[in-house]
Amino acid sequence: MYQYDHYDQAMVDARVEEFRGQVARRLSGELTEDQFKPLRLKNGLYLQLHAYMLRVAIPYGTLSSRQMRMLGDIADKYDRGYGHFTTRQNLQYNWIKLEQTPDILADLATVEMHAIQTSGNCIRNISSDQYAGAAADELVDPRPYAELLRQWSSFHPEFDYLPRKFKFAVIASDTDRAAMRLHDIGIQIVANKAGEIGAKFHVGGGMGRTPMIAPVIRDFVPALQMISYAEACLRVYNRYGRRDNKYKARIKILVHEIGADEYRRQVEEEFAHILPLGLEPPAAELARIKSFFADPGFETGLPETIDRSDPDFALWLDQNTVAHKQPGYAVVTISLKPAGGIPGDASADQMRLMADLAHDLSLDELRVTHTQNIVLPHVKKADLYPLWQKLDAAGLGTANLDLISDIIACPGLDYCSLANARSIPLAQKISARFADMDRQRDLGELKVKISGCINACGHHHAGHIGILGVDRKGTENYQLSFGGSEAADTSLAQITGPGFSEDGVIDALEKATEIYLAQRGDGERFLDTYRRIGMAPFKEAIYG
Amino acid sequence: MKILTGNDLKSGDVVWWDGHGWSRDVNDAVDVGAQAEAILAREDAALRVNAGYAIEAARTAEGVRPSHIKDRIRALGPTVRLDFSLKPAETDISGWVL
Repeated sequence: MYQYDHYDQAMVDARVEEFRGQVARRLSGELTEDQFKPLRLKNGLYLQLHAYMLRVAIPYGTLSSRQMRMLGDIADKYDRGYGHFTTRQNLQYNWIKLEQTPDILADLATVEMHAIQTSGNCIRNISSDQYAGAAADELVDPRPYAELLRQWSSFHPEFDYLPRKFKFAVIASDTDRAAMRLHDIGIQIVANKAGEIGAKFHVGGGMGRTPMIAPVIRDFVPALQMISYAEACLRVYNRYGRRDNKYKARIKILVHEIGADEYRRQVEEEFAHILPLGLEPPAAELARIKSFFADPGFETGLPETIDRSDPDFALWLDQNTVAHKQPGYAVVTISLKPAGGIPGDASADQMRLMADLAHDLSLDELRVTHTQNIVLPHVKKADLYPLWQKLDAAGLGTANLDLISDIIACPGLDYCSLANARSIPLAQKISARFADMDRQRDLGELKVKISGCINACGHHHAGHIGILGVDRKGTENYQLSFGGSEAADTSLAQITGPGFSEDGVIDALEKATEIYLAQRGDGERFLDTYRRIGMAPFKEAIYG
Repeated sequence: MKILTGNDLKSGDVVWWDGHGWSRDVNDAVDVGAQAEAILAREDAALRVNAGYAIEAARTAEGVRPSHIKDRIRALGPTVRLDFSLKPAETDISGWVL
């Protein structure tokens, strides 16, 4: 894992003290709320429906056990004993007191964490593949490139007041596990024909009220020019992105309106201008960063066989573990989606348990997924059974990865001041309706994603089944959509028709699963069947 | 009736104007009539409330009920964590919220 150097630590420590002063000035009345709001947002502090909410950055979703333990301790010490893992691999605390926020940030800084740039119109947390460094299918570990982008974008003075917020995702395999093409810039680390490593740039994706899939702007940027190219992409956006209308201010609108070809032309022109200026970090810096992401001392000659005699363990093994690049190891996903639970929520005790298990059984590493689960990336196969027993005893052993109950849901109207409808109760009811695990496994991979408003934090546009909560004359109403994907086969879901009540949308979803079961071909997922037969049979079943 | 709500500056807690100060319980909220702006300006300046605003509500047999669902959830607390809500003993709060 990356470790702060003197400069990283000094920057974060200085920011904590700066914010401490700003909070003191707000509490004394020296700053009005209008003056203070942009300052607190730059430090990830929102005022939400019930209280202040603090969003903590988890760069590219990677955590050490020490960091996860601190997140749990903060939940107990300053919040109400739990936290919420988000769709951008961050953590949110929902019950924060303004007067305690500087102390929280100081505690975070002791474990090389912060909440800087988790809000505001700047470059946000860089997200990545939760299996990075462990995946059998990756070209290289994408995290050194994500870290380089993190350092470049932290306090970047030119990009501190962009037209709108800006999100990067970086992956290095053809299997997209990070919704890469639905980001403002999605980078895939690739090799050219000469075997050189570089970055494939997708620019102008996003969800929200105008969902778009990012087009490829350049197939290959040499790794040691990646920052300069990113700089060029941002400069063109910063220059021409709209600032008169926040709903049209994201880069996707600019790329769409001027066209990918014209945007590319301007970026290339800017890139040609930037390249000779020597803005690119030296190769030694990338090499230094890479050294932190070297393989963490994998053992060799480990047994491959796993005792599957406990049937519940065998089901979890099949559903929640995937192949590791190193023989004798597996990648484990801990589901934060128990039946009837709140997607992404973990108690302080659960966080500390996961930290302990990572320390003892996963070479001290954890990952946060954009699907609101936790990954232990490096577990010996021989340790899987005792690991599962401990997880299961703590309510963390649900074997539902990528099944219908592994639902993404934003906080919705239960917590969010922007939301129009509640998301979490829907997720709870769906997971309860489909609680029978045999039924879930029969349905197979089925990704349900729920957003409580058009901002789409619940990724409903990318759900095999997507649900959007809207406000219809003061009551909650839910639009249903089918056919979205945020994987390598990225697609945007299409709305079925008129919306439903809360119970109505669950009934409609269930009818859609029945159509799928009746019409699926060999090996087809729900998404495959939908793509083959189209909307009509589903619509007929739902609306009659 | 028109009532006032906002957040406590230090804690962020949701608060309601009770005629004399700010209560954590929506049932203490009073009708402010045409005084909303004046009260909010005074209380904001004195740092006794943050991000205050006026909403429509009704006094019912069960207490003060904000007109909009967003404010009802704000008054109650998250419907998915009733242990943190105004009605922690309730098992099903949907009737009041909806």
